[in-house]
Amino acid sequence: MDHAEAFEKFKTCTVEVLQVSPEQVTMSARFSDDLDADSLDLVELVMALEEAFDISVDESELEGVETIEQAFVLVQAKLG
Amino acid sequence: MELLQGKKILVTGVLTDDSLAYSVAKLAMENGASIMLTGAGRGLSLTRRTARRLGGDVEVAELDVTEQEQAAEVAKLVTSKWGSLDGILHAIGFAPQECLGNGMLQAGWDEVSIALNVSAYSLKSLVEPFIPLMEKAGGGSVVGLDFDATVAWPSYDWMGVAKAALESLSRYLARELGPKGIRVNMVAAGPIRTMAAKSIPGFADFKAVWDSRSPLGWDDRDPLPVAKACIALFSDLFPMTTGEILHVDGGVHAVGA
Repeated sequence: MDHAEAFEKFKTCTVEVLQVSPEQVTMSARFSDDLDADSLDLVELVMALEEAFDISVDESELEGVETIEQAFVLVQAKLG
Repeated sequence: MELLQGKKILVTGVLTDDSLAYSVAKLAMENGASIMLTGAGRGLSLTRRTARRLGGDVEVAELDVTEQEQAAEVAKLVTSKWGSLDGILHAIGFAPQECLGNGMLQAGWDEVSIALNVSAYSLKSLVEPFIPLMEKAGGGSVVGLDFDATVAWPSYDWMGVAKAALESLSRYLARELGPKGIRVNMVAAGPIRTMAAKSIPGFADFKAVWDSRSPLGWDDRDPLPVAKACIALFSDLFPMTTGEILHVDGGVHAVGA
């Protein structure tokens, strides 16, 4: 899966779970300020990403993740 | 041995796969039970997603215990799906922020009443519509997740009062429903790292207490001992036990220091 393909998939999950428009899902978007996501939303998003990409994300890896870019980098690293 | 072969159990409180109720549901299924989950409000979509991880096409019904008509709807659903019910797991608690970690004086009745309604009175609202269904099964077992409420904990504050009310209510329901063959018991668990635990400001203090006092030790990342106790109470192994608080806390409740 190339970078663009992975981000499209990432974006689809984010749009579905956070109920935002695709245009809002930019690299610099912040989960809490820009996407109005709380801790429940983020837990659900992580679950959706785990399913979509067939990866496993430990809770400790999420510390400090505040933007779409940070989350996407985390997912990409799992894809190897 | 499949302890719950053929039993049908309604499980509340599954939010993520870290939830204690998730471990209970999983172990119940492994022991032959059929499971239906309930989820409430904002957490419902998360519960649905988590249910898929249990496998076996587990149904998720919407049930906010503060909406009495929703419980009645779920009872109708259980009636049409199963015709009877053998057990209910009460794994429901909520307190507004003012009620936790601020001492007892800051929260007003508006906040406290929410904590008591969702965390204690909910045992009554949850169980009531399912009484006829458990009678049809020839009796039933209600199990509630509890945190030892005989003493005052740091930061637990009004949630502790709510748990004390829950414990008391479980005894009164045990008295009232015993003649119908329905047992009502609590499992007082040691601290487990769940989504709910993250909202308890004093969680680290609990962990310190358990680390220093538990005769059997304590792993706050292992929900299995709690799940096993719930399975035992749902099974036919405790036919004459009701109004009981079963401590799954490594023995902390029994020691002074």
